[in-house]
Amino acid sequence: MMKGLTNWRLFALMTALLVFLSGCGREEISTLIPAGKVAQDQFNLLLLSTAVMTFVIIVVTIIFVLAIVKFRRSKLGDDMIPEQVEGSAKLEFIWTAVPIVLLLILAVPTVYSTFDLADVTAMDSIDEEGNQTSLTVNVTSYLYWWEFEYPEQGIVTAQELVVPTNERVYFNLISADIKHSFWIPSIGGKLDVNPENVNKFYLEFDKESALLDDGVYYGKCAELCGPSHALMDFKVKSVDREEFDQWVASMQEEPEPASETTAQAGEELFGLEGASCIGCHAVSGTAPAGMPGPNLATFGDRNRVAGFMEHTEENIKKWIQDPQKHKPGNLMPDAKTLNGGEDFTEEELDALAAYLMSLSVEQ
Amino acid sequence: MSSLAQKKGVGAIIWDYLTTVDHKKIAILYLISGGIFFLIGGLEAMLIRIQLMKAGNDFLSAGLYNEMITMHGTTMIFLAAMPILLGFMNAVMPLQIGARDVAFPFLNSLGFWLFFFGGIFLNLSWFMGGAPDAGWTNYASLALASESHGIDFYALGLTISGFGTLIGGINFLVTIINMRAPGMTYMRMPLFTWTTFVASALILLAFPPLTVGLFFMIFDRMFGANFFVVEMGGNTIIWEHLFWIFGHPEVYILILPAFGIFSEIFAIFSRKRLFGYTALVFATILIGFYGFMVWAHHMFTVGLGPTANAVFALATMIIAVPTGIKIFNWLLTIWGGSIKFTVPMVYAVAFIPSFVAGGVTGVMQAIAPLDYQLHDSYFIVAHFHYVIVGGVVLAILAGVHLYWPKMFGTMLSEKLGMVTFWFFFIGFHLTFFIQHFLGLLGMPRRVYTFGADQGWDLFNAISSAGALLMAIGVIVLLVNVVITTVKNVRVGNDPWEDGRTLEWAIPSPPPFYNFAQTPLVRGLDTYWIEKMEGNKKGMVYAEPLGDIHMPNGSIIPFIMSFGMFVASFGALYFQDDSKPWTLAVLIIGLAILFGSMLVRSLKDDLGFHITKEELMEDLKKGGNTDGSK
Repeated sequence: MMKGLTNWRLFALMTALLVFLSGCGREEISTLIPAGKVAQDQFNLLLLSTAVMTFVIIVVTIIFVLAIVKFRRSKLGDDMIPEQVEGSAKLEFIWTAVPIVLLLILAVPTVYSTFDLADVTAMDSIDEEGNQTSLTVNVTSYLYWWEFEYPEQGIVTAQELVVPTNERVYFNLISADIKHSFWIPSIGGKLDVNPENVNKFYLEFDKESALLDDGVYYGKCAELCGPSHALMDFKVKSVDREEFDQWVASMQEEPEPASETTAQAGEELFGLEGASCIGCHAVSGTAPAGMPGPNLATFGDRNRVAGFMEHTEENIKKWIQDPQKHKPGNLMPDAKTLNGGEDFTEEELDALAAYLMSLSVEQ
Repeated sequence: MSSLAQKKGVGAIIWDYLTTVDHKKIAILYLISGGIFFLIGGLEAMLIRIQLMKAGNDFLSAGLYNEMITMHGTTMIFLAAMPILLGFMNAVMPLQIGARDVAFPFLNSLGFWLFFFGGIFLNLSWFMGGAPDAGWTNYASLALASESHGIDFYALGLTISGFGTLIGGINFLVTIINMRAPGMTYMRMPLFTWTTFVASALILLAFPPLTVGLFFMIFDRMFGANFFVVEMGGNTIIWEHLFWIFGHPEVYILILPAFGIFSEIFAIFSRKRLFGYTALVFATILIGFYGFMVWAHHMFTVGLGPTANAVFALATMIIAVPTGIKIFNWLLTIWGGSIKFTVPMVYAVAFIPSFVAGGVTGVMQAIAPLDYQLHDSYFIVAHFHYVIVGGVVLAILAGVHLYWPKMFGTMLSEKLGMVTFWFFFIGFHLTFFIQHFLGLLGMPRRVYTFGADQGWDLFNAISSAGALLMAIGVIVLLVNVVITTVKNVRVGNDPWEDGRTLEWAIPSPPPFYNFAQTPLVRGLDTYWIEKMEGNKKGMVYAEPLGDIHMPNGSIIPFIMSFGMFVASFGALYFQDDSKPWTLAVLIIGLAILFGSMLVRSLKDDLGFHITKEELMEDLKKGGNTDGSK
């Protein structure tokens, strides 16, 4: 009996611990494990408001429980007619005034933080040499994918945002088609990506994403944008400034042609002589922004295929064969249209996959 | 009384309901059709939860899922919650103020049939090429990009049913202002009447912006206008503003009558007058007023700028004050009372913690910077289900049990009622409590699927299990309704024995003329006052027995609504080149509409009189509840 009880206790303790530990979710995406100043501020507001609200809930619960325990008719008898109280001005005053005080406690940091998080005045400031002092990324959302342009550096990437840690990164958001919303939960709250105006805000990245289990932070589209809204994911790589500068430098270089034979065959197929993939997808980091398809210069370095599938050649092949099956409503033509009315052969798919995997700037 | 009804054929009964202008029968029509739409919306919810039961599920396709969430939200708000509440307003409010009917019985019927045909039209989209798929908020850029006719069904269906709701709102306003019995001053009106009054005012002011938005949408989609087309200089944010200028008051249109129902229940089953009646009334008015000042808190992440966000954040927080006043006054109403835990009371008691939970998360989301994280995540899904299910739906379920005897003359089984309650209540918290955390863990809303290993798998499974419990609760309620109807045990005037307001002073269901003699109201909770003073009749009369003037029934409201229904199909397919008949259908529909309006205008319909003799005959039999002459 006792032994059973101890076991039960241990089990309960372990369960509680497990729930507590798993309760905060994954570091890559949970707002409860903030990894940047913005998310931290918002998390602090969450804690503050939860504390205030817990106080409210406790007060209500006490009155509530006492009332339904003390004043049951089964206890008081069926004939009891309670006194018909009209009300009390004093009590009305108390429960008007106290909530107002509680709200004031919340209002001050709310207003402060609202202005603080919207402060993008430093965005365009330049140093003596005329260079921008802080990094700006132009984010453009397309039906189910994201483009990241670094105007000052003259480079473009897609689906995987690369940012330096421990500095403010400014974002200009605009949509190329319909409304989306840009959200990296563990880094900071979302901002809508509207088709008609540029929205600006900043984020800070405290921790290098290489330290995470999956090596990247998860970004999401947070505004319903059609069938594949759920799949409109992107990833964020945060690296230290030095590594970031290296990355920028190698992005600015022209990519070398493929060296290995399968990949070479893939490159040919990718080009204008083959299926003309290059008509929509640039493979150079210095290609202009605004191409119809995502820039693939860093494809080999990425964490996922199409933003959400595991990064394997198998998945690349599946994707090329039938993009609609995997991301309904996306705008990539199907294999037959690309390949002059015929499906790609297995060899062609292998070649394309090998070529895409060889596109890398992080050697 | 009921023997008369049984003698009538099915056809006669149907004809009776098609033509009725009696507020009590229209209430039943609202309750039944709203109830059916509630079941449809609930079924859609179940399919959603089945799809999200596990990661990477392929039960529903991406497109179908979006149709499902859109129709779930639209159906539940416009076709279930609001009509059922309008049903209670119709059933109870005229009785509470001692009126024989609403001010415009014909319009009352027209309002119902417009809602009904609008709802049918919207739901036909399932069978006619696809339902709307841009969410119940129907944000413009996505809606304009949607290829099927779904969005057109949405825009036209809501326009028609919106007309109906607007007509209903105006009707209630006029009724409450003009038709209160002698002595029923504003500050003696029962709380449910008060909340009906304020909600009707909100309907009057909030529906026009929606109609404007829907017209813009219809013009953009059907006639090539460019209100929301960015490339042509349009602006999609305008839709968001118009929608939420309607949408936020809409939430209060739902919750205020719910507050009213709970106020009645707390007083009845605590045997105690409402604590701080005046405060409750002013809190109601304040909530209604503030409801128009906070719409942009649905748009904190749109990029309106910090000034707008800060102002709307503070305005939103203020609403917590009158809501808190209400909660505490209800608590003090049951404090010192004699609480009887009937099914309605159990719902009312359960409502307090549920709604407080929804309220505090509301305040959290009012904190604009925090809302950047919470907005469009599962946190908001949890929040609004806590206020709408924990507030409005619990009120509807409580109201169904409370007013069932007054509407149908029979009592729903208390035992089965408790079974429903426990399944529904536990299921509700199981489904939605966990969703707060899903949101905080980064799960966006309106996703048709989610990848495994993002920390969301377990919570989604729990949430789906909870939904199943809610479904069981609703099924038990249906069984309860069937059993009660079959058993048909009739009840008296005041089946709960502690009724306080006028509706409990007359038979259940009341005779079609409601009050043989108009009552004289001597204070708040007038029936209670008479009972306590030993008045066996339950009321004092303001007039001697005399002839009563009643309106005739009419089929015209049904035909008018049908005309709009027909015309809508013409408008819907107007742009399709493959369908040359659209213009003809549009014209035929409008001809039916305007033709029946013309008939109504030209034909004198002066109603009829029930003579004093007939009334006395009727009273001897215990009151003719059937409505037939």
